Amino acid sequence: MTSTVPVLHFRDVGLGDVATVGGKGASLGELLRAGIRVPTGFAVTTAAFRLAVEHLTVDGVPIPARVAALDPADAPALAAACAELRAVVESAPLPAEVAAAVTAAYAALCEECGDASQPVAVRSSATSEDSAEASFAGLQDTYLWVRGADSVLEHVRRCWASLYSVESVTYRLRRGIPETDLGMAVVVQRMVGARSSGVMFTRSPLSGDKSVVAIDASWGLGSAVVSGDVTPDSFVVSKVTGEMKRNVATKTRWHRPDPSGSGVVETDVPGEMQDRPSLSDAEIAELVAIARRVEAHYGCPQDIEWAVGETAPAGENVFLLQSRPETVWAAKDAARRAAPADRPFDHVFNLLGGARPSEGRPS
Amino acid sequence: MTERSFPLPSQLEAVPGAEGWEAMYPYFSRFQPEDDQRFWFYNSMHFPEVVPAFDGITSEIPYTAIGANTARLFSFPTTMGIEYRIVNGRVYITANPVLDEAKQGERLVDFQERAGYYYANWDRLYAGWQQRIEALIADIEAVEVPELGELDPLAVVTGARGFASNHLLRESFHRCIDLYSKMWHHHTEFLMLGYGAYVVFFEFCKQAFPEMGDQMVARMVAGMDVTMYRPDDELKKLAALAVDLDLADLFVEGSDPAKVLAALGERGDAGARWLAALEAAKDPWFNVSVGDGFYHHHLSWADDLTVPFAALPRYVEQIRNGEDLTRPTERLAEERDRIAAEYRGLLDSEEERGAFDQMLGLCRQVFPYIESHKFYCEHWFTTRFFQKIRAFGQLLADRGVLLAADDVFHLRHVEVEDALADVMLAWASGGTELGARHWQPIVAERKRIVEALSTWSAPPALGAVPEALNDPAVKMLWGITQETVEAWLGAEDDDASTVRGYAASPGVVEGVARVLLNVNDIGQIREGEILVCPVTAPSWGPVFGKIAAAVSDIGGTMSHAAIVAREYGMPAVVGTGTATARISTGDRLRVDGDRGVVTILG
Repeated sequence: MTSTVPVLHFRDVGLGDVATVGGKGASLGELLRAGIRVPTGFAVTTAAFRLAVEHLTVDGVPIPARVAALDPADAPALAAACAELRAVVESAPLPAEVAAAVTAAYAALCEECGDASQPVAVRSSATSEDSAEASFAGLQDTYLWVRGADSVLEHVRRCWASLYSVESVTYRLRRGIPETDLGMAVVVQRMVGARSSGVMFTRSPLSGDKSVVAIDASWGLGSAVVSGDVTPDSFVVSKVTGEMKRNVATKTRWHRPDPSGSGVVETDVPGEMQDRPSLSDAEIAELVAIARRVEAHYGCPQDIEWAVGETAPAGENVFLLQSRPETVWAAKDAARRAAPADRPFDHVFNLLGGARPSEGRPS
Repeated sequence: MTERSFPLPSQLEAVPGAEGWEAMYPYFSRFQPEDDQRFWFYNSMHFPEVVPAFDGITSEIPYTAIGANTARLFSFPTTMGIEYRIVNGRVYITANPVLDEAKQGERLVDFQERAGYYYANWDRLYAGWQQRIEALIADIEAVEVPELGELDPLAVVTGARGFASNHLLRESFHRCIDLYSKMWHHHTEFLMLGYGAYVVFFEFCKQAFPEMGDQMVARMVAGMDVTMYRPDDELKKLAALAVDLDLADLFVEGSDPAKVLAALGERGDAGARWLAALEAAKDPWFNVSVGDGFYHHHLSWADDLTVPFAALPRYVEQIRNGEDLTRPTERLAEERDRIAAEYRGLLDSEEERGAFDQMLGLCRQVFPYIESHKFYCEHWFTTRFFQKIRAFGQLLADRGVLLAADDVFHLRHVEVEDALADVMLAWASGGTELGARHWQPIVAERKRIVEALSTWSAPPALGAVPEALNDPAVKMLWGITQETVEAWLGAEDDDASTVRGYAASPGVVEGVARVLLNVNDIGQIREGEILVCPVTAPSWGPVFGKIAAAVSDIGGTMSHAAIVAREYGMPAVVGTGTATARISTGDRLRVDGDRGVVTILG
């Protein structure tokens, strides 16, 4: 059942709570349950979204009806309408109970982390996102290095508003996703000061091979890798033997927290670091072990974002930021099935037999 | 496919000083004008050096045998056999594919019946093979090279044998050639069927796990009781015995085997016991060629103790330091089974796991043959064969026809028959052999030709590249793939410091190169060096213990050298084609056994 509370801590949710905390929030809770280290945080639930957004109107028309009336082919009208929708969602005052719950949860998080204005990442966590079936990936926003309760609240509203971006609205209209089912949770998560970060797949993204973990890694925050701002180091490790194909790239750019204390700056990596591997062998080994645990926990190949903290000691410094099912190769698996033959050596005849007589053949 | 092509056979330029090389080889091994239309590749794996005239038999006979088995006995649907040509002393080959689909269909029916019979009865037939090959070895060992005295022994008369010993010259020589031919038929009897089972599993693994290294397939099927490891194991036992008998001080790096043997002779009972153990180990386990059994001058350990004695000091040292040198077969078997189980577990469905089990099972059934046949055929039998031919050479030298026993290897086998007939006649008539005047200039000329040809850089292939090299049976028979050809054509795109080959054994190391062109120089290898050589042979295994990595011009990931390198956990890149030409002793190298790349650092 969908919870009605506006805020839930990660530790209180799991995969069954996608409708309440979105895919990202549910996945982070599930990872915690599996004993994986993830930065602490909480989810602003879909119940909060409904409380805050459902009653809003544009020119007296409720938002869902306003969206449903739009024509995805009429680009100028769509753009104007979306701008209007976003402005309304971003600027409308929050219901007091939602604001209070988020403020309290942020204060608790600050206390847990020992920093009165703990920087956090604020990310949208859509209810249909992160599923293998329909990927909303990339259509919603992520805000890094957010500090202070007011800023958190502002960015939560921005996440909600991102549902009304032209891309997001077009996506829903074209696929006939009803506005009335719409839910948007927001994840507020402790920001990890990342020395290195990146993504990893529990199968090869290039060949689909399930016997390897493929890691892309670079200096600084993971946004540099995800956005393609840098050519990352690549480590492909065999799950069976631990053998590694290592390709250390020249990493010219990195994303770092803005020295002012909030936001992110994109700068050049210092020359002496550019050609150095961004992960140690021990860190690679730990990432592979974590990847295998996560994959085993979910029972299917995973696409994982991770970070190595700047300050935490070795052995406690590897964090997962999210994990979701790998979708690209999953669809292709069915195409390459082998089956047992009557006799083992029939496989030889199949491979070396050349053209088959049209009349069929003995088997 | 690219427009680039390899030179045509007719475009090859004569090598100065090698004029007349054609007479060293049979007429049917020469390129014909119409051969320009076909694609040929240099079989550098088996024939890395210039082929001396007698050694031409090591292409003539194997190709009569392997083709007969694929084309005429087992009826492989898509391929007949292999044609070969010799040019400038190098052996080029091409496969004869069956392209007509109706014909393939007809051949498939017979293939299923015939190959099916062998697969279905594999263990029983292979046990029979083992007996047949050992009988053949006993037969070649029993061949008598007669002595021609002033009079034949009295027993020839009193036993009423009825033929004089000069007859035996012809009969015994024929017998050597006949047995050699028979050995090659037996060698190829199971070979392509065995490879077929291997390729099926290999292709399955490559499809299911594209990132899997080639060597991993071999690791999943490798046997534990591998005959090819026995010679090395015997050496380790001898090293242990030397330590037990307090003889360890005699085994120091760089000593001459003859001096070590002499010193052992002066160490009383202990020395005698060690020498007796050496003799016991030699037969049969020292019948391993330092090459692959295709050249008379690739002597065996039994013929030349350099290689085993180069390995002994290190083993002695390790045993004195308390190391256990026995192969940890139990651990290796567990590791092999763990790897196979893990890959199996990564498959998607029970159906696939069922297919995996069948293919792996069949592969493991055939693999003992693949791993062991070389010892019996290319090594043990062939060592004996060349020893017999050398004995005929000694007889010809004793009769004044040749200057030295090994000169016999500069005559084609049919020419040896001529020379023997000369001896038979001279002995019978009481006259003098006429061969000295005839053969000695020919031998001298051929020695010069071999020398001149050795500087020729053989193109890896000749002729236009065919559209598809994709038929698995043709690939298997031929030993090359589309990728190999692309790599040869693309090699010129690499910079001068990059040498590419097959990733035969994983790991990355840097070190100093030791280039050995002549396998008999293997004693020069020093601790920690990177061995760079034309071909690595199984008998080199013992020196693998002291090198950091191995790089070869030829060989594949299934070669015994690759298997041994993996066993020693040492990076290896094989089949580079050009490593010995491009790398010099003393160069600093990085060998990347994961990717099959050697980088010359300076």
